Amino acid sequence: MTRAGRVVPVLLALTLPLWLASPYFLHVVIMAGIFGILALSLNLLLGYTGQLSLGHAAFFGIGAYTSALLTLRLEWSFWLALPGAVAASGLAGWLIGRLALKLRGAYFVLVTISFAGVIALVSVNWMDVTNGPLGLPGVPAPALGPWSLRAKSVYYYLVLVAVLLAYLVCRRLVASRIGRAFVALRENEALAESVGVDVTHYLVLAAVVSAAMAGMAGSLYAHYTRFVSPEVFLFSYTVTMVIMVVAGGKGTLAGPLVGALIFTALPEALRAVTSWQWQMLAYGVLLVLLVFFLPRGIVPALAAWRARNAP
Amino acid sequence: MNGLVLGGTYALLGIGLTLIFGLMNVVNFAHGEFYTLGAYAAFATLGLAGTHFVAAVLAAIACGVALGAVCELTLLRPLRAESIDTTMLVMIGVWITMQNGELLLWGGVAKSIPHPFPTAPLVLGPVSIAPLRVFVLVLAAGLIVASYLLIHKTQLGMAMRATFQDRDTAALMGVRIGRIHTATFAFGSGLAAAAGALLGPVFLVYPSMGDLAALKAFSVVILGGLGNLPGATLGGLLLGVAEELGAGYVSSGYRDAVGFVIIILVLLLRPAGLFAKQERIG
Amino acid sequence: MARAERALTLSVRDLAVRFGGVAALAGVSFDVHPGTITSVIGPNGAGKTTAFNAITGYLRPTRGRIEYVGVPLTGLRPSAIAARGIVRTFQRTSVFPSLSVTDNVMIGLHLRGSAGVLDVLLGWRRRAAEESRLAHDADGILEFVGLGHRRGEVASELPYGEQRLVELAVALAARPRLLLLDEPGAGMTTAEKAAVSSLIRRIRDQSTTVLLVEHDMRMVMSISDTVIVMNHGRVIAEGAPAAIQAHPDVIRAYLGSAGDHD
Repeated sequence: MTRAGRVVPVLLALTLPLWLASPYFLHVVIMAGIFGILALSLNLLLGYTGQLSLGHAAFFGIGAYTSALLTLRLEWSFWLALPGAVAASGLAGWLIGRLALKLRGAYFVLVTISFAGVIALVSVNWMDVTNGPLGLPGVPAPALGPWSLRAKSVYYYLVLVAVLLAYLVCRRLVASRIGRAFVALRENEALAESVGVDVTHYLVLAAVVSAAMAGMAGSLYAHYTRFVSPEVFLFSYTVTMVIMVVAGGKGTLAGPLVGALIFTALPEALRAVTSWQWQMLAYGVLLVLLVFFLPRGIVPALAAWRARNAP
Repeated sequence: MNGLVLGGTYALLGIGLTLIFGLMNVVNFAHGEFYTLGAYAAFATLGLAGTHFVAAVLAAIACGVALGAVCELTLLRPLRAESIDTTMLVMIGVWITMQNGELLLWGGVAKSIPHPFPTAPLVLGPVSIAPLRVFVLVLAAGLIVASYLLIHKTQLGMAMRATFQDRDTAALMGVRIGRIHTATFAFGSGLAAAAGALLGPVFLVYPSMGDLAALKAFSVVILGGLGNLPGATLGGLLLGVAEELGAGYVSSGYRDAVGFVIIILVLLLRPAGLFAKQERIG
Repeated sequence: MARAERALTLSVRDLAVRFGGVAALAGVSFDVHPGTITSVIGPNGAGKTTAFNAITGYLRPTRGRIEYVGVPLTGLRPSAIAARGIVRTFQRTSVFPSLSVTDNVMIGLHLRGSAGVLDVLLGWRRRAAEESRLAHDADGILEFVGLGHRRGEVASELPYGEQRLVELAVALAARPRLLLLDEPGAGMTTAEKAAVSSLIRRIRDQSTTVLLVEHDMRMVMSISDTVIVMNHGRVIAEGAPAAIQAHPDVIRAYLGSAGDHD
């Protein structure tokens, strides 16, 4: 990529709130960022270790609830609640990783779905803590000293930093011995073991990092919308994440971010003309079409196209 | 007794799902949607057109078989060489598409299916049960027996069992695997639709009803061991009875958690299913 | 005596594996001496691959003891056994299919690296040094097996013979002290077999002990220091190639099975 090709997006990202005055567009961009983190986190499991988690909304929700409860009930600052949420989700990831260790493919998927199902039911029924279906209103916006980060133009930067952090974590992991171990599990587990890759260790590690990252997204979401309800566990969130990863390109670094941008912006653009049901219907059809016509995703397809058209 | 009614329909769901998995190596996440389809088919025939209940169940089965066959021919057949993950993604797509299609077609409001049976319960000694439920139980049992006969006594069933045992050998012996796959998927979908038509009048019909049904089906299949037919039947009955008995002890809010907990526990402790003999390690 | 036992690279005693009611291995004992090439031969179903799987931790034996330089291996996971210097290949071609040849070898180098999560996420300098050292090692191994010209190619797109070389390179990357090769010559042309044979000799000359399962008698007899013959889950003969070729039990076992099919 040329130098300009790198500088322009960075400048764009840094100055976005200055020229994107509409709070609505900023909202879309912030949500794209939060979903970008989620997609990156799911991609670590699905794209690199090859394990499909259909319970990813659970880690997102655990992060959101933990952060909301820590700030509301214990009056922690956001800056402590965020790591708290990351830790809580990471712990949940560790649990799932340990439990589902011996399970692969369909079995792993079913355990993750069930785990998310149980957590969602707990959030609905544990009235004393979660306030049940009514949810937790009034989650405080983060503040930096005397300055509130509540304004969208400011919150944008918070999310931007978080996306960057998640991206860097993924990039460093992937380009390392650890990332190679993840990929080895996806490609050929028996062979990986034969050269000393400890399956248990790396699967659990991937689950923990992935869940912790989703927890960070959950915390950012809770303090952005300032309301948490059992809806954070909705299966449609998980489906959206899967589509973002598969469409963008699983097992690539940029793919999930591209997917998140497209699939946050597209539904918003379509909202004016169609209902939510039509959108979900379109998602379903799209997922099928993607598998048939773009099985590796947009980013690899673009890379292949560029390589073909290179002089 | 109510447990058996539920269990019978769970078994129907489970048999279809386990067959599709065992034979085609496809995790059918859209299975619950065929259940929903069956319920709406029953609603359309029984509630709107006012046909006989048995005719409604047959109509539902026909819908399930037809759509199942279309689904297999258009989506799964071209992907037969692909991995289980690929088909899983496709079936998740079908699931979302069908559910939202139903939502658009019928609206989100739950519908109740009128049925011709008296509401006063039949009392047989210590047991009392609604006549509708007796009818549902009898039909479910009939369908289970019919499935067994199909699989064990017909030529198609024999080809299915051969494919199940060893796909390559079956193909060498002249079994046309493609057809068997279509038949299996259509058959499984038909059974799911039948379950939907049977339970539709007992409960309410709404577009997302399939999610819970799919959950039950998966718990049943996992209880019985993936691909294990008698296991699925027993598992279905067991789950139905356990839910009915358990409902008194756990709060109703957590009732649906039973399915999830079963899936997690069985997969962790006995991944081959409750009824499998101890397998060798390695 | 105790010292002599220790000097053995690998000692297998009374190893038995049962699948259901069938005994795949019915009490097998043998030793593999350091710096040698030892071949295990025998008709199909003799239990050769089962023995490999048990030694490398892919299968839990029903009975028996496996020791490596005096330390028991039984009950260890495959990755832990690899960490002790015992690395195997598989009977069917087994590579990381969608990765490049270099990346295949880089995964094989897993045990030569030490970077943990914190190193990767924080320790920038050390990580870079380790990465360049590993990349250098990978180049050396690819040159050694003769795949230097294939570095960037996707493993699954290589011709069969070269895929088997990739497999060998991946195993060598794990720095084995004892290398178990499951039919390294299977499906190869005569020329390829000759190349693999010389490669195996060179591996032994670099002080790696080699234990291999192979069907090609000419290859076995030409490269082995010791040959172990198995039949029906038992060792029926053991010795130098020349002695084995003249052994009456071996001739009987092979003639018998040749009549059946093999």
